[in-house]
Amino acid sequence: MALKEPNPVQMMVIEAARHIRDGEIANVGMRLPLLAFALAKMTHAPHALGFFDAGIVRSLPVQKAFVTMCDAENVRGSVWCTDMMDLMNLMQRGKVDVGVLGGAEVDGFGNLNTSYIGPADAPRVKLPGSGGACDIAMLSRRTVIMMAHDKRRLVSRVQYITSLGYGHDGRERERLHIGGGPEVLVTDRATFTFHNDEHRAALHSIHPGFTLSEVTDRTGWEIIPHGAVPLQTKLPSDTEWSALGRLDPDGFWTGGG
Amino acid sequence: MSKVLSLADAIHEYITPHCSVFIGAAHEALIPFAAVYEIIRQGTQHLTFCAPISDIASDLLVGAGLVDCIHAAWSGNVSGGLGHNLRRAAEHGVPHAVEMVDYSNYAMALALQAAAMGVPFLPTRSLNGSDLIRSRAGFEPFMWHGQPLVAVPALQPDVVILGVQKADADGNATIDGPVGMTHESLMAARHVVVLCEELVAKGHLGQESWHLTVPGFLVDAVVAVPYAFHPSPCLGYYGRDTAFFQQYHRESRDPQEFRQWLQDWVYVDGHADYLRRLGKDRLTHVKSEEGVMSWP
Repeated sequence: MALKEPNPVQMMVIEAARHIRDGEIANVGMRLPLLAFALAKMTHAPHALGFFDAGIVRSLPVQKAFVTMCDAENVRGSVWCTDMMDLMNLMQRGKVDVGVLGGAEVDGFGNLNTSYIGPADAPRVKLPGSGGACDIAMLSRRTVIMMAHDKRRLVSRVQYITSLGYGHDGRERERLHIGGGPEVLVTDRATFTFHNDEHRAALHSIHPGFTLSEVTDRTGWEIIPHGAVPLQTKLPSDTEWSALGRLDPDGFWTGGG
Repeated sequence: MSKVLSLADAIHEYITPHCSVFIGAAHEALIPFAAVYEIIRQGTQHLTFCAPISDIASDLLVGAGLVDCIHAAWSGNVSGGLGHNLRRAAEHGVPHAVEMVDYSNYAMALALQAAAMGVPFLPTRSLNGSDLIRSRAGFEPFMWHGQPLVAVPALQPDVVILGVQKADADGNATIDGPVGMTHESLMAARHVVVLCEELVAKGHLGQESWHLTVPGFLVDAVVAVPYAFHPSPCLGYYGRDTAFFQQYHRESRDPQEFRQWLQDWVYVDGHADYLRRLGKDRLTHVKSEEGVMSWP
C-alpha cells in the first residue's frame, strides 16, 4: 500500500501513540488520548497495560471504537474491573509509567487548563474541569499531551493550571520535590519536547504537509528548535494506518473515514 | 420488611430541599438518570449536587434551576464537550449562579473515603502545583517530615443514589463492570438509595454474600425501573445511547430550546411515559447494540 497523507488529527493520534512504549502501564484520559492508547496497543506496544479511571485495567487491544471508557467494548476483555481508588493508589505509588492527556489550553511549560478561561469566579468560558487529569499529571512518571494546534490553545501562559506541567517558570516540580512532567506535546501540526534544562517546549518535528511558519504562526510562545533544524514527523506506517482504520472506521474521532 | 419504593416516593422521601446528593459513582456507566428526571419533575430546590462526572446529569439539574452548589471533578457533556447550562450558570448566572467546588477524580474519592473512615481529611501527593488547590473544597497543603502533601477534607453526602444492575427487596445489590467510586460513596453517605435495572427474588443475591457490591443493611430504599440509566450504559442490559447525548447537546444550546427539551423528555407522565416517548425501536436498538455484552 502506498503511503497516503494522513489528515492532521490522524497524524496527531498516530504520533502520540508512538510515545507509549511496550510493556508500560499507561493511564489514559478520554477521547483522542484514549484512541492513541488503543492504537499503541494494536501496533508497537502489545504488552502495554491501560489504566482507565472508572476502574478498568486492559491488556487486550479493543477491536472497535468506543465513546467512553465505560462502554462495553472497553470492558469486554479487560483484565480487571475494580475501584478507581485502587488504580489511583497504584499511580500515587509510582506504578504508572505514562499518562496521556488532552485539554483546552497548554502553555510552553506543558501546563494544561481544562477548567476556566478567564477568572475562576467570573469565567469567560467554564470548561468541564479535571476529571482524573490533575492526578495523572502529578502522579504518573511522565505525560504525553495531545492538543489541536491553534493560537487560542497553545498560549504563552495558561490562566488556570488544572494539570501541572513544569509550572509558570519551569521549576515547580523541583520546588515540590517531584519528578515526572510532560515528555512531549503532540499537536495536529508538530511535536514538541521538554528535554532542555528550562523544561520549555522545543520544536522537535513538523508533521507532513506543514511548514515552519504554519507552526510558528499558530503557536502562542516563541519557537525554540529542539535541534539545528526541525525534523519531519514520520509518516504513518501500514500497520498504523490499518489499526487506525479499525479503531475509527467512520472518522467519528479523527474525521478520516 | 421490603425496602422497595416507587421512584416518585423514594425521591420525595430522600431528596429534600437543601440536601446534598451524590450520583454517578460508576462514572460514565449506570448514571441514575431516571432519578435525575424525577428530581426535576418534583422540582426539589437548593440541592448540593456531588458527582465525579455524571455526564449530562449536572447540566440538566443546573439548567432546571435546582442546584445551588456542585461538587464535581468534571461537569459537561461527555460526547458533546461543554455543558451549555453549566456555562450559562457559571458565566452569566442563568438561571442562577451556582457555586462550583472543584475536585480531581482522586480528590473526590479521597474526600468520600475520609468521610467513610470518620476522619476529617486524607493526605495525597496530587493537587499540589495545580490551581485546584484553591478550590472551595478547602484543600490544605502541609508538610509531613519534609514531604509536601495536601489534606483533602471529608465529603459526606446526605444521600447517595447508587446505580446497580441487580438488587433484592432487602437492598442487597451487585454491579457488573467498572465501579468507579461506588464503594467509597456507599460507605460515606448518610442515606443510600439503590436504583436497579432488575429486582431479583429475595435470597438470590444474599446466598453469595461475598459477591455483593452493596449489603442490604446499609440501604434505605430500593427502586426498580427498566432502562433506569438511559442514556448511559448498563452492562449486560443495554449500551450507551450516544445519539441521545448529542441531541441533548444541540437542543440545550439555547435556553428556550432547553425548556422545550425538558417538556419533551422530563415533564412527562413519569418514567414509563419517558420510555414510551423513546419508543420501542430506540430501546431495542440500544439493547441490540453490537457493543453490549451479554452477561451471565
